[in-house]
Amino acid sequence: MASKYQLVNLQGNHACALGAVAAGCRFFAGYPITPSSEIAERMALELPRIGGVFIQMEDEIASMGAVLGASMGGLKSMTATSGPGFSLKQEHLGYGAGAEIPCVIANVMRGGPSTGMPTRPSQGDIMQSRWGTHGDHATIVLAPASVKEVFDETRRAFALSEKFRVPVIVLYDEVIGHLVETIELPKPEECEQVERKWADSDKKTFKPYAETDDLVPPMARPGDGYRVHTTGLTHAEDGFPTQDPETVVRVTQRILGKLEKHADEIASYEEVDCKDADTVIVAIGISARAANQAIRQARKKGGKVGLFRPITLWPFPEKPFKQAVQKAKTVIVPEMNAGQLALEIERLCQSEQIVERLNRIDGEALEPGEILQKIGEAQ
Amino acid sequence: MNETEDISKNGEDTHLVSEKSARDFNIRDYLRTSLFPHFLCPGCGHGIALRALLWAIYELDIDKNNLVIVSGIGCSGRTGAYIDANTFHTTHGRPLAFATGLALARPDLKVIVITGDGDCLAIGGNHLIHASRRNLDITCMMLNNEVYGMTGGQASPTTSETRYTTTSPSGSIEPVFDACRLAEAAGAGFVGRDVTLQMPRLKNLLRDAIQYRGFSFVEVISDCTEIFGRKNDLGESPEMILSQKSAMRPSSYGNVVDEPFRPNTLKTGILARNDRPEYGATYRAHAETIQAKGK
Repeated sequence: MASKYQLVNLQGNHACALGAVAAGCRFFAGYPITPSSEIAERMALELPRIGGVFIQMEDEIASMGAVLGASMGGLKSMTATSGPGFSLKQEHLGYGAGAEIPCVIANVMRGGPSTGMPTRPSQGDIMQSRWGTHGDHATIVLAPASVKEVFDETRRAFALSEKFRVPVIVLYDEVIGHLVETIELPKPEECEQVERKWADSDKKTFKPYAETDDLVPPMARPGDGYRVHTTGLTHAEDGFPTQDPETVVRVTQRILGKLEKHADEIASYEEVDCKDADTVIVAIGISARAANQAIRQARKKGGKVGLFRPITLWPFPEKPFKQAVQKAKTVIVPEMNAGQLALEIERLCQSEQIVERLNRIDGEALEPGEILQKIGEAQ
Repeated sequence: MNETEDISKNGEDTHLVSEKSARDFNIRDYLRTSLFPHFLCPGCGHGIALRALLWAIYELDIDKNNLVIVSGIGCSGRTGAYIDANTFHTTHGRPLAFATGLALARPDLKVIVITGDGDCLAIGGNHLIHASRRNLDITCMMLNNEVYGMTGGQASPTTSETRYTTTSPSGSIEPVFDACRLAEAAGAGFVGRDVTLQMPRLKNLLRDAIQYRGFSFVEVISDCTEIFGRKNDLGESPEMILSQKSAMRPSSYGNVVDEPFRPNTLKTGILARNDRPEYGATYRAHAETIQAKGK
């Protein structure tokens, strides 16, 4: 019997590209930037082979614009970037959130701010990935921590993006991006592809942003005869701009509410040894892998230490996190920035747990030893 | 009538005599009249350009269901919403970026961009250059009224020197862009310009642009009577349009120095027309070659 998998030696960034293709992505627009360029390079190779479109645009902003345009045309679309490019894409990310255009953005984190340290890893975009674009908006951020997970989470990014009509960001640090691991790669035909709901109701009465039970309205595809208006202006159910206070509140609350309504479905996390833990570590990406090593060493010495790793970083999986830290006195947040994830954890823990920060901002990855030492200090 | 001669000289006889009578053209068939009254100021030239565009679309028998109007931000950008088609009102300066993605993803659609001088030449200048270079099948109609009207009348890259705007309170001292020369130099396959005085002529130009397979760029010299005209004492709309028209002397290019109003150094008509490969077709042919090799 032929295997459903093939064993491959793959780099994180290439896994992102292959995950996208497996999810049905057929449009990629990008701009070269370290340390994410391998995603664009792999897409340039893969997409023409399967009838997809790859285009290198003139800048980061144009890449994101082209992605939105292609998605509005009906193709599953993505772009990839890093810090400075991610900053440039923010306005269009907001357009995607407001006009509810499915799209996927991979952001491979490097040292910042500004040009920062292009070849060094960082986790400095944790907050930007949530709040980078202006105004209240709904986005989903997924934070894989291995090559296989980059593949899987990129696929899930497309599924969530299509299903909920939101931009989804796949966020990981340079270490994960350039990490090479041997993984079991499923064959494309084994990968489920999720497609957004397309409008198929009466064309005359169709309202592109009408409230539906799942709060996600079906999308009208150009050429199908709906002739709707799409705008970044705040719009009513009919798609046309409005500043009527009641309507603005109604439509905005639907957009913000759609992720809340499906929070359980969107949430994803890994929990290691949290049940009896008096100390829980919360981390993402390569920091989480260092933490995993640290808790195993701590357990050997008899310490009751666990790890909570949000795979869906935003919206933060609050309920499972609160469950995981129920018995904990201390929560340690190791991250490669000056303290971003810690802000969310402090908000969630309030006075119930002591939140200890562990930060690295020197362009080096956090190591298990540092985390183990912090665990020792905390206990 | 230099301008008329100019067009016939440049045009490679693409002016098929339309079988569709002008009398049968009902603009309301192409408008979302439910949105009326529209937001344009009295005397604004954008409405004339819009009519010329829709007339061209009517003559070309373009199915509204397959027509996508992509616009940016500003008075030009808001104009697109009135067209009864698929209308994408995008971000400031980026309609060409959206249109590039859309046209590559859906070559079956007719993609027309409506943009303005600030949208297309300032914040979106880079996209114009590269859309021209690629020569993807998109028609770009740039409404040039020399000013940022929507935001209250600030200077744009086409505001003539000495003109008053809210950000050039003692007269603009910056040199201006010649958008058509820019587009042509960057490789746009079709480049044209006209004023709004003779709408049938503008319609013909737009029709040729839409028919061209590749990137076609049309600059329409529009008038902002309410904000720009008033501040510069240029009279009412008819006076502004007439002065624009009279200032357009193709044969006197570079030869007029006494009139500060900008278009006096600009040519009208079809200014460039090259048979360059259309990028979408090139991409697809390239991809097919790759696929054939892989088999």
